[in-house]
Amino acid sequence: MKLLRTLVTIFAALTAVSPAPTLAGEGGRTAKPLVEIANPGKCVAPVDEMRRNHMEMLKHQRDRSLRQGIRGEPASLNACIECHASKTSGSVLGGKENFCQSCHSYVAVKLDCFECHQPKARFKAAGLKP
Amino acid sequence: MSTPENNPRRQFIAAAGAGVAGLGFTVIAPGLHLMAVGEAKAATEARKAGSAASPVVRWGLLIDANKCAPGCTKCIDACHTENGVSETLPDARQNSQWIRKIELVDRRDGRVTQLPMMCQHCANPPCVDVCPTGASMKRADGIVLVDRHTCIGCRYCMMACPYKARSFVHAPLTEQNPEVPRGQGCVESCTLCVHRVDKGQTPACVESCPTGAMTFGDLNDPASDIAKRIASVPTTQVRSDLRLNQAVRYQGI
Repeated sequence: MKLLRTLVTIFAALTAVSPAPTLAGEGGRTAKPLVEIANPGKCVAPVDEMRRNHMEMLKHQRDRSLRQGIRGEPASLNACIECHASKTSGSVLGGKENFCQSCHSYVAVKLDCFECHQPKARFKAAGLKP
Repeated sequence: MSTPENNPRRQFIAAAGAGVAGLGFTVIAPGLHLMAVGEAKAATEARKAGSAASPVVRWGLLIDANKCAPGCTKCIDACHTENGVSETLPDARQNSQWIRKIELVDRRDGRVTQLPMMCQHCANPPCVDVCPTGASMKRADGIVLVDRHTCIGCRYCMMACPYKARSFVHAPLTEQNPEVPRGQGCVESCTLCVHRVDKGQTPACVESCPTGAMTFGDLNDPASDIAKRIASVPTTQVRSDLRLNQAVRYQGI
């Protein structure tokens, strides 16, 4: 299962960065992911690196943050959400136009982060202190 | 599970070696402390971005049960608001409980004592010992946490905890605080508001207490408010017979 997932991810990454996306777009049968970015060009790494390695970056950052208590690293899930949340719904989840879900449903990779993490930008829990 | 981090003998050797470098004190035996030479660093300010939690610090709480007002639930409300613990399930026993009030009644004379009970942040936490995946862990500064990325929700830690401090999340959640991720299928407990502590703030319960019954600080720093009070007034660790060396201490029970 894991191998399959890895293969799918690699395949997706390759097709996503290749100059001519022939497999998905040509026949028009599969809707391509729609990527909407609020502040383009301000990412922590170049686009091709983010496409291939964002999961690794987040994985290592999460361990350093939680287990060692290192805060303020560039690869932060909250920082991703602040920038990539949809302007209309304020979330990275919800539909085809929402950043994370858009690509993940295109490549059929399960998105587990938001079982626990808050997918909305600038979300204020009720009564939360500043 | 004995790793170099939680093996008390190795800790002692490491502490003895690091003594000159400014470690506060280390426990040789229960009640017997080795005081280190050198000045312990005051560590109540926010840590610099990119620096890890330091073993020089040990965060702790001192709760004065005499000041804890009957019927007051301010600390519980503040904790659950801060950490987004808001679910109300049909079976109320399944709701998460990061902190709760306990009432002790002395049957001989009817004296009532109130105290808030939460994760005691043990130096030798049984929840960490029993965790089959290593998800239950103690950070270098003594805060006991659950790594939800590796928690499989077996609830072994809930059985091991003598304080019933941990809860299991039974239902899907959507209203999480972005700084406090939590979700269905994992065990959770008081984090000592680790996201606030890392910013140099105090936990929500301490901040909300109207009578000032709770003191937060660095137990290893002899100059800190909490360490001075522990040195001057009699305080208790609940079930100290278990020798878990909790970071949460009580006064007046």
